[in-house]
Amino acid sequence: MDSTSSTLLSWIVFTPMIFAVIALLTPSFMESKLRTLTLIQTLVSAVLGIMLYMGFDGTSSTMQMVHFIPWLPDWGINYRVGIDGISLPLVLLTSFISPAAILGTWPHGELKKEKFFVVLIMALQSGMYGTFLSTDLFLFYFFWEIVLIPMFFMIGIWGGKDRIYATIKFFIYTMIGSLLMLVAIFWLIHSSQEFFGQPTANMAQLSQMSFGFDGSSLANAFRSPQTYLFLAFALAFVIKVPMVPFHTWLPDAHVQAPTVGSVFLAAVLLKLGTYGLMRIAIPFFPQAALYFSDFFILMGVIGIIYGAFCALSQTDFKKLVAYSSVSHMGYIMVGLFSFQKVAIAGSLYQMINHGISAGGLFMIVGFLYERLHTRNLEDFGGLAKIVPLMAIAFMIMTLSSVALPGSNGFVGEFPILLGAFQVQPVFVLFAGTGVILGAIYALKAYQMVMLGPKTTRHDVSHLHDLDAKEIIAMITLTIFVFGIGFFPRTFFWKSDATLEEYGTTVIQKSRNP
Amino acid sequence: METMNSSLPLLILLFPLIGFFFNGVIMPLAYRGFAKTPANTAGGIATFFIGLSFVLSLFAFVALKGATGNDPSLVTNCFDWFNFGGLVIPFELRIDKLSGLLVMIITGIGTLIHLYSTSYMHDDECVGRYFSYLNLFCFNMLLLVLGNNLPLLFFGWEGVGLCSYLLIGFWYTDTEKANAGKKAFIVNRIGDLGFLIGMFLLFRELGTLSLTSINELLHNPDVIARITPHATLICLSLFVGATGKSAQIPLYVWLPDAMSGPTPVSALIHAATMVTAGVYMIARLNPLFELSPVALQVIAHTGALTALFAGTIAIAQTDIKKVLAYSTVSQLGFMFLACGVGAYQTAVFHLMTHAFFKALLFLGSGSVIHACHHEQDMTKMGGLKKYLPHTHVTMLIGSLAISGIPFFSGFFSKDEILYSTIALPNGISYLFIVGVLTAALTAVYTGRMMALTFYGKERLDHHTKEHLHESPGMMTFPLYVLAGLAALGGFLGVPHLMGDYLGHMPHFLSNWLDPIVPAKHLPLVGVKLPLHEGVVMVGSSIIAIAAYFAGVKIFSRVLFVTDLLKGFGPVHKVLANKYYIDELYHQIVVIPVRNISKFSSDVVDRYVFDGAVNGLGRSVRWMSSGLRGLQTGDLQTYGIMMLGGLLLAMFFIFKVFI
Repeated sequence: MDSTSSTLLSWIVFTPMIFAVIALLTPSFMESKLRTLTLIQTLVSAVLGIMLYMGFDGTSSTMQMVHFIPWLPDWGINYRVGIDGISLPLVLLTSFISPAAILGTWPHGELKKEKFFVVLIMALQSGMYGTFLSTDLFLFYFFWEIVLIPMFFMIGIWGGKDRIYATIKFFIYTMIGSLLMLVAIFWLIHSSQEFFGQPTANMAQLSQMSFGFDGSSLANAFRSPQTYLFLAFALAFVIKVPMVPFHTWLPDAHVQAPTVGSVFLAAVLLKLGTYGLMRIAIPFFPQAALYFSDFFILMGVIGIIYGAFCALSQTDFKKLVAYSSVSHMGYIMVGLFSFQKVAIAGSLYQMINHGISAGGLFMIVGFLYERLHTRNLEDFGGLAKIVPLMAIAFMIMTLSSVALPGSNGFVGEFPILLGAFQVQPVFVLFAGTGVILGAIYALKAYQMVMLGPKTTRHDVSHLHDLDAKEIIAMITLTIFVFGIGFFPRTFFWKSDATLEEYGTTVIQKSRNP
Repeated sequence: METMNSSLPLLILLFPLIGFFFNGVIMPLAYRGFAKTPANTAGGIATFFIGLSFVLSLFAFVALKGATGNDPSLVTNCFDWFNFGGLVIPFELRIDKLSGLLVMIITGIGTLIHLYSTSYMHDDECVGRYFSYLNLFCFNMLLLVLGNNLPLLFFGWEGVGLCSYLLIGFWYTDTEKANAGKKAFIVNRIGDLGFLIGMFLLFRELGTLSLTSINELLHNPDVIARITPHATLICLSLFVGATGKSAQIPLYVWLPDAMSGPTPVSALIHAATMVTAGVYMIARLNPLFELSPVALQVIAHTGALTALFAGTIAIAQTDIKKVLAYSTVSQLGFMFLACGVGAYQTAVFHLMTHAFFKALLFLGSGSVIHACHHEQDMTKMGGLKKYLPHTHVTMLIGSLAISGIPFFSGFFSKDEILYSTIALPNGISYLFIVGVLTAALTAVYTGRMMALTFYGKERLDHHTKEHLHESPGMMTFPLYVLAGLAALGGFLGVPHLMGDYLGHMPHFLSNWLDPIVPAKHLPLVGVKLPLHEGVVMVGSSIIAIAAYFAGVKIFSRVLFVTDLLKGFGPVHKVLANKYYIDELYHQIVVIPVRNISKFSSDVVDRYVFDGAVNGLGRSVRWMSSGLRGLQTGDLQTYGIMMLGGLLLAMFFIFKVFI
């Protein structure tokens, strides 16, 4: 591996940070150019993402382009980034959704403290890239926490009416999970000393350790160290997913967050949770994960149905989309914990697909809010005639959300349900009702906004349709919706080797260590 | 089996998609805005592309006919749609004798309806959108029949559902119409879940979803022995999907509402093509369904019940399109009855003749509605025969065909179904009685529809009458073509009994479909009910003729209409209100779902989950306010506490480590 490619990942992680420094140094008379700067940053990141994709070797299942810098070598903690087929699509999702989000969601008017906002957006991206690319467990935790801070301020400063309540709820929820995870991380690093003679936080090494597990009875299972560790990690991750009953921070955070925050939150941040499950909680502690898989699948199924029912009765458009996220993320839980190769692959795809459809839907909410300053579904109606482009974009995102074949949503949900059905037919039958309920709330929302007679609550006759920036954002997402829907292999083939290896190892280790 | 690689299937599939892009993307760009494409341009483009597919489907037909093998097919293998974790789903399109027939029906009738639409929708402001949807529908419908594996079939299956949604709610500013579209999509989704489960079960048992492989595997005795215990569950799951798409009890409720779409849409989607998808699926998987006599019985009973039930509703409707809608539900019931007794070939035969005469009747009704200024209520029509001569003649042919009057197409297919119910080993003799009864009902309500529309007293208001006009040639031409097919199409399936007298005329369709849907021997005398085939044929003809003329005669006399209906009083009320099924579903499905969702978000989420979280927050605050009392600022207190803490810590350290 040559030296240029091995620093690429670090460039991806720190490019937004470098731009953040530039933004901070921007003199006040140049502040009107900050938006352009942000756009340039996201585009540079996107180009780096493309370079990453080109350079990635799809036939290998190991970590590639590893960049290593000693950090705290005595404790086994190092700066170590690398990429494999699981993190690749998530990094690409981040690098493509970012420019779309910037183009599609920037407030039309003035924004207070714009410089700080821009810096936060950039820091957020660095955090997200870092979390996906870390192959050192402590570094992973470091970036995991970094992500929290910009989001906290974004909701707290630029949020809606109840922003303080929402942001503190978000923060405390996530912190509780994170702290348990931190304890578990230290436990892991500590025990690695016994295994390897010296402490290490290298994920590849840590995943080879095995902890005692006795699944002969529930009481014995709860006495096994593997269970503690698994549950500590899993809790941190499922809060982020979010899994019912730890989901209530999500609707509040979404409703209060500014649109760009919501887009990042739905499109990428939630995936940190499922990525963590996939990368750490399940492969490190496969027996415990398998032992408790029924529980997590059950919670996933409850999430699918319950989230859909909650979405159905919302009149706040943003809250409806937020609950739909709870519902759609439930599928990923079902897929990951089914321990079936097809379903695991489907879960990874679903992470990307949900990022696109939920991100797109939040952008639509943003478009409407920018123009009419309301999110109440009853305030809309009959807009399709006035804003046809928006109606088309909204329809495409709706189709993706209801997982119509030909859209990306199907590419995720179908393998998940098919794979999980092989082992858990009853759960899947219930999960399948989400297919019906999803159609009900999605079409309800579409109809209330776009169809029916023109609303009389607002003067909508001069509503302007999508502008050029918004069109570009929507076209980008649309390409992914149908591109992935029709040609999933073109987008995901580089993950095949990793997923194959991952599935084989995890399934094998979960049954006989 | 002889497989030929060919690009024909792909081209047939792609042309309508290109048409969709023209009307959906290129034309709006060219004319700088939506709803600006002139009607003739939009219609011309759309008709051209679907017509192109039709021409190619004729080539495919010729190729299949000329092929020597037993089960020739043209296959395009485009790329692997899915391929990971042991799940391989190629994007493979296949024209064999069954799908080839359906492709011809879809593109042929599709072309006629596109042509008709160009004139029918001429004055609509969103004609470009209309034609883009129509082309998109054809793409999905073709994918449904061309796809050589169940996920691709499902792709088309859901895709036609989407187009149906878009087209039913085409005039979306009317909330009722938008609701009808939504209802169609959601009810179909319920069925789709059944389809998905059926697919998952099949994958679990067979490890493949390819239609060719499934049907091949089901010739292997070992596989049959293994799958038979699960066959009933698989077949019933798939059939749930069929009840949704093909509007059978209990999921038929969306189809009558679907009539709020433009009439040509009803003709294409809700009569000729999409709603027959369930029948196609069962015919395609007939080796599987053969394994489960229980599932077949369920299908036969559901079909027969739906046929009778919808027939009784049709007789009391006053909206001309509603009559045809319930009639479609009823005829689809006939097709499922045929499937259920094992007469898959006959089901496909009836699918074809029904596509001819029902598309014709719908387009005819469209012509009437067009002429009467969008009036659909038959009680406000009457005596239109002299104003709309072409529409009348063609619709008359359609009516005779659907009623089963001898030698029109419906006669042959319907008769074959009726006779199959008593002549095949899976037949059920009492369903024969239901079938005959429904056939009589069909003739009565069709006669009634003709009478109320074309005969008797003119009940039009003055204003409408002044503008009454026969439709232009672009609309009557498709009517005549379809009338020709409706009149003569039955001769593709002449029963052997009659064929022998007609100089050994073969049952063309039966021979054609045989490699995929094996022909079954029909004995001359029924096994379930000892009736000779000829007796059934003559008997049902007499019943059809009598019922049709009774329908016409009774309902031509307008006074008689109201009197007769009043005489039936409550019965008529129940029928006119469609047995209150919609109201029932509202009570037992819609309202509970609404209540659960309100309960979930307003009670569970707010008070249980959030209540717990906020309660935790409050208790932390409460405890901390208690602890705040410790912060006295007094150094001595702090010193004592520090000492206490230190002692405690030492105690624990000793306890744990020593």
